[in-house]
Amino acid sequence: MHGPLATLTTITSLLVAGWALIGAVRNRPPDRVQFIGLGVLGLVIVALTVMAVIAMASGERPASMATFIGYLITMICLPPLGAVLARLEPTRWGSVIVTVVCLVVPVLVLRLHQTWAEVSVG
Amino acid sequence: MAESRPAPATNRGFGRVLVAVYLLFAVAASARAGVQIATRFDEAPLAYALSALAACVYIVATVGLARGTAFGRRLAVACCTFEFLGVVVIGAASVLYPEAFPDETVWSAFGQGYGYVPLVLPVLGLYWLWRGARDAST
Repeated sequence: MHGPLATLTTITSLLVAGWALIGAVRNRPPDRVQFIGLGVLGLVIVALTVMAVIAMASGERPASMATFIGYLITMICLPPLGAVLARLEPTRWGSVIVTVVCLVVPVLVLRLHQTWAEVSVG
Repeated sequence: MAESRPAPATNRGFGRVLVAVYLLFAVAASARAGVQIATRFDEAPLAYALSALAACVYIVATVGLARGTAFGRRLAVACCTFEFLGVVVIGAASVLYPEAFPDETVWSAFGQGYGYVPLVLPVLGLYWLWRGARDAST
């Protein structure tokens, strides 16, 4: 998995993680920017997933289909999970949750790439 | 405020971060164990059975921490202790006897494949639970 959308996913998640980390260090609860950032990240991930599904529909297959789909589903769930938990925790720890969730996304992009390196998205 | 609560909630503040990370590990370990067992259990039955066991423990720990009741806390203490022993024993075994672990588990090489988070997580969990218990007794 490579291409503009994969790169955009990594950059977006790192930006939101960085912003949320600043909030956590400054002892701030999750702010509007963090929630919007999670929303944008979620949309980028949905676009990434659609492109991957289109690639699969055209007959190409990752080496391990089950692993690839597992990572994709996990990644789709992350931004909503982060948003829900951050809403429940309107303290600095909510910002820590957003940071952690957003730092997991680039790891998943990397794992998706390791599982199916050939496919280009975006 | 807290008169009806026997101990401070384990599922607030930093505890909620722990719940989030435990949830991620519960999902990651279950998904991995599921794929391994469904597709190639015969290749490494010991490693895959351990993956499944680790996944179950993460799920129970997540529920215990998230519920935050007295029973939930005891459950979480048991799970965190088990996880810590698991990651140390299996981690050491996977380094000393690599031939017994032909494929990775969450606990292989002390959780190296997961950025050593499996090693740190139970320690953080036990510390958090111990702190909650200490605050409750004072």
